Amino acid sequence: MDIDLMITSLPKLLNATLVTLKLLSASLFFGLFIGLFFAILRVAKNRFLNIFSYSFSYLFRGTPLLVQIFIIYFGLGQIDYLKTTFLWSILKEPYWCAIIAFSLNTGAYTSEILRSAFETIKKGYIEAGKSLGLKYSTIFYKIHIPIAVKQSLPAYGNEIILMMKGTSLASTVTLLDLTGVAKYIISTTFKPIEVFIVAGGIYLIMTFIFHNIIKYLEKKFSYQ
Amino acid sequence: MNIFKKTILTIFASLLLTTNVIADKVKIGTEGAYPPWNSKDSAGNLIGFEVDLANELCKIMGHECTIVEQDWDGMIPALLMRKFDAIMAGMSITAERQKVITFSQGYADEVAQLAVMKGSSLESMDTPSGINLSLGGSDVKKALKTLTSSLAGKTVCVQTATIHQNFLDSGDVGSVKVRTYKTQDEVNLDLTAGRCDAALAAAVAFTDYAEKSGEAVVLVGPTFSGGAFGNGVGVGIRQGGDDAIGTRDAKLLKDFNKAIDKARKQGIISKLAIKHFGFDASM
Repeated sequence: MDIDLMITSLPKLLNATLVTLKLLSASLFFGLFIGLFFAILRVAKNRFLNIFSYSFSYLFRGTPLLVQIFIIYFGLGQIDYLKTTFLWSILKEPYWCAIIAFSLNTGAYTSEILRSAFETIKKGYIEAGKSLGLKYSTIFYKIHIPIAVKQSLPAYGNEIILMMKGTSLASTVTLLDLTGVAKYIISTTFKPIEVFIVAGGIYLIMTFIFHNIIKYLEKKFSYQ
Repeated sequence: MNIFKKTILTIFASLLLTTNVIADKVKIGTEGAYPPWNSKDSAGNLIGFEVDLANELCKIMGHECTIVEQDWDGMIPALLMRKFDAIMAGMSITAERQKVITFSQGYADEVAQLAVMKGSSLESMDTPSGINLSLGGSDVKKALKTLTSSLAGKTVCVQTATIHQNFLDSGDVGSVKVRTYKTQDEVNLDLTAGRCDAALAAAVAFTDYAEKSGEAVVLVGPTFSGGAFGNGVGVGIRQGGDDAIGTRDAKLLKDFNKAIDKARKQGIISKLAIKHFGFDASM
């Protein structure tokens, strides 16, 4: 065990953790909107919209995240037509390719979490709202959302932790996130065990923090 | 009870025998993704200069060898963890690597060169055709200066944990944006996709790719050797020690050195180099 290496690599790895957190927060932010959008389509009373939403979620939940990020990064990079459009200024950057892949992936899972949360809302609540003469949008914000948030928190907390670990795949498209920097240090020191122990420890600490935030929120949103 | 003892003894004996057999077998690790040095055919078999050479060297040494595949970025750690006994993967002999492993004498030499897509502004760079960083001198200094100004602000792509990455990180050509990839394949893909302004690798890796893919990849600037680029490509072996495995490693190093001498004298290395590289890269 090379303790010195573990200590000297810690600041570099903590710095890289910021990149990981940036990737995670951006992906969760976009993913939440994507998830909400597709969850609404999924519970809408239109067969075509239902199938469209289901296909999206099936596609991104049914393929590995690594394959998705490779298709978006290396695959789209092969299409010459794209390079003549403004899209290339985004797709040229590995950072944005990673965020697009992560957002779509977590969006698909989030849409399922929200869908099941919407489906647990009892018809009576909505009928009560209707009988009070509330608008559909008011019913959505005042009844659907609060219940859905409470119902989906445990599952969504899991999704945050899964996504946090998923961001390690950013290193496969040249990004220097926590895993990327760990690999970089290993490439010059040839000591994978020491460096990965430190990197793994940082992931564990992040998981601990996220887990407790979600636990706190769950308590806050509970009815008791 | 007797039968029981006998069975146990037979099992132990056979275990000891198998370990002996395994100990005589030499496992050689290669990447299988760095043509023409080493790669895989469409059926997944390992092929290339080093695969052929490894088989020849094993024949000379009289060892039974198996060649196993290992990702480049885990090559040296895997050797240290005894997943195999020797590395033959286009690995240059550098001072940095010699801190953790040892090398046989060099069997082939590669020059590194920058590659760009046809039409790049870097094509007009005015440098000598080759520089040796170990020699130094005003020519080398001038060339590095030209490279520094030409590459300023440019993204240069390299495979991770290579001499090419070390060179760009060394600051000899200023502070270029270095992007590292797991395999040379990915470097080639992103160079043609236009995400890299230039890429740095063994010159043959680019010419091989340009030939097979038909992409307009062209070599620019000087060929690099010496300094961060090391002293040729050799067989990587664990540093010997006092224990059984250590003495075996030390013996393996001697065996490889002798076999390389012999293969060189018989012209085997030259012949294989010409077959795979199109020129005599042996040393």
